[in-house]
Amino acid sequence: MNIPFDRPVRRPRRVTQATVTLAHGGGGTAMRDLIEDVFLETFAGAGHPAPEDQARFDLTALAALGDRLAFTTDSFVVDPLFFPGGDIGTLAVCGTVNDLAVGGARPVALSCAVIIEEGLPVETLRTVVASMARAAAAAGVSIVTGDTKVVARGACDKLFITTTGIGVVRAGLQVGIDRARPGDVVLVNGLLGDHGAAILNARGDLALETTIASDCAPLHELVDVLITAAPGVRMMRDATRGGAAAVLNELAEASAVGVRVREMDLPIRPEVNGFCEILGLDPLYLANEGKLIAVVPAEEAAAALSAWRMHPLGQGAVAVGTVVAERPGRVVMETRFGGERIVDMLVGDQLPRIC
Amino acid sequence: MRFVNEFRDPALATGLIREIGALAARLERGRTNPVAVMEVCGGHTHAIFRYGLEGLLPDIIEFVHGPGCPVCVLPMGRVDDCVAIAERPEVIFATFGDAMRVPGSRKSLLQAKADGADVRMVYSPLDALELARRNPGREVVFFGLGFETTMPSTALTVLRAAREGISNFSLFCNHITIIPTLRALLEQPDFGIDGFIGPGHVSMVIGTAPYRFIAEEFHRPLVVAGFEPIDLLQSLLMVLRQLAAGEARIENQYARVVPEGGNPAALAAVAQVYETRPTFEWRGLGSIAESGVRLREPYAAFDAERRFAVPDVKVADPDACRCGEVLTGAVKPWACPVFGTGCTPEMPLGALMVSSEGACAAYYQYGGMKGAA
Repeated sequence: MNIPFDRPVRRPRRVTQATVTLAHGGGGTAMRDLIEDVFLETFAGAGHPAPEDQARFDLTALAALGDRLAFTTDSFVVDPLFFPGGDIGTLAVCGTVNDLAVGGARPVALSCAVIIEEGLPVETLRTVVASMARAAAAAGVSIVTGDTKVVARGACDKLFITTTGIGVVRAGLQVGIDRARPGDVVLVNGLLGDHGAAILNARGDLALETTIASDCAPLHELVDVLITAAPGVRMMRDATRGGAAAVLNELAEASAVGVRVREMDLPIRPEVNGFCEILGLDPLYLANEGKLIAVVPAEEAAAALSAWRMHPLGQGAVAVGTVVAERPGRVVMETRFGGERIVDMLVGDQLPRIC
Repeated sequence: MRFVNEFRDPALATGLIREIGALAARLERGRTNPVAVMEVCGGHTHAIFRYGLEGLLPDIIEFVHGPGCPVCVLPMGRVDDCVAIAERPEVIFATFGDAMRVPGSRKSLLQAKADGADVRMVYSPLDALELARRNPGREVVFFGLGFETTMPSTALTVLRAAREGISNFSLFCNHITIIPTLRALLEQPDFGIDGFIGPGHVSMVIGTAPYRFIAEEFHRPLVVAGFEPIDLLQSLLMVLRQLAAGEARIENQYARVVPEGGNPAALAAVAQVYETRPTFEWRGLGSIAESGVRLREPYAAFDAERRFAVPDVKVADPDACRCGEVLTGAVKPWACPVFGTGCTPEMPLGALMVSSEGACAAYYQYGGMKGAA
């Protein structure tokens, strides 16, 4: 049969609505518009090939980067979505990049799965996705696959993001939470507690006037620098939820060693200290999103610190403690005037939804 | 931090500790039992552990962690009442964060929230009033908790609600007062406390006169103290000096904050809004006469106990718990049979394990570096 008109040319996939609706998760054209316009063009650029249901990797290229695959996942539900120093997008990329990097892996690629509450302004989503693209470029990773779901109002809060990442661990490198030995030195690349304080403050219900910004940053370069300067590095962790206290406790327990920290040596911004003072919080438990805690043999500590301090993210690097044989499994803090106390894991949460 | 770091000065601390050591050595002669000093306030308990003060002091000196943590002395039945109010569909239940995890006989407020109750954490009673303004179709109930420290802010909030005609706001009043409880403790025949470190924030409101009976009738020294380590060490030294001289006086180490006469404006608001209850139950200590307050008749409309049918349950403390003996200093936290086993901060049986101001949680988390180790 002759159709008397040409089938119209498919219009460019553009989201025209101001807010995300359930239709954008329905599997039809609205969803394809959203994915193409908001995600694909930002992550892969205009003119990218037609998307498949999965990303595919050349194994030979991966194998050239190291000898083991690293694989990790993390979900982000931070409230508010935007805060001084970053937003949920930068957090979602940096968080997973950092989880790969601290295992000694070179981060390669991320996935991005989002759950959107209907009614979210499309502009908000665009801003977050642009942040993700920027953070991924800075971290040298590609966002190669993803998923989009839209749920009814109230079924989630605005926007949740899950990122999964793969990386390749440098050949021969052995780092692990159970590898600390008495005599080792505990290092951190800078000020502790900024992220937790920034988030709590950004919620606005405290009405405190401070300018504390999140420290959210990708740590892969600091890992590079550290491995070169201190090839004997025992373990690395990013001190996120639970703060430095959680990392030190896990370390003490897994390595069956004691950890001694000196309150005087802890790098904490005066504003963060003041903030904690007012709220009765302990900065050691506040989350960080750009802080690397590393344990190195004593003889490599000086080299590690001076190498870190050459990097913009490591200028405030200091040694905060030592690994000891006494009191295995415990973190003991020497207080400002010579008292001692145990720094335990946090029970429950100090602050909900910080990442 | 100006005005904070001065009170954490290691050099000052060293000097004070040396003086305390010298006095302790003098006091040690002629006695076999330790010099027991009770810090009444939970804030002091927290500071003692946070700064590791116990480990710095001679063995003869023993801090006994008194009943001054309002969360810790809240009886289980009152938590059940909170949960019953919070579970009403029309209610938004507003509370300070540290009360969320206190165990009730059925559940804590945190569990009630997970089960669907609308429980909100606030930092001030005024935040609860704001919730009421913004949710005119709901009943906002504020969980009023604490000693004279928090009583005035709740009183002023009730007065403001009355002035502005905010009729969907009410107070579940669990405010308590420390003086009758101190008297009840002192009247116990075997009460082995030599002296007191008095609560700084409570005294900021009530002044120092209400403590006089402790010196006059019971011949124990009390020194009202601040919350920094230097404050505590200096106050301890002041108590020991009195003990060494055989004196019993009320002194004020925290004069930079505590006026001898208290805060008249706060006291006026408290007197206007509250009246004394005949008795109030304290967890671990039982009912103590005139130790709690409730809203006066003119403010009855803002009284959650009158507005809602509160079950007013009485629940006995779990048998295994020795909270009461820990509170009075008769038993050390680690001597309780469930300490660290059946009762932990993750799964507290007794409230002393819940709050960071509770003696048990403090020992458990900060680890008694002396004694309990």
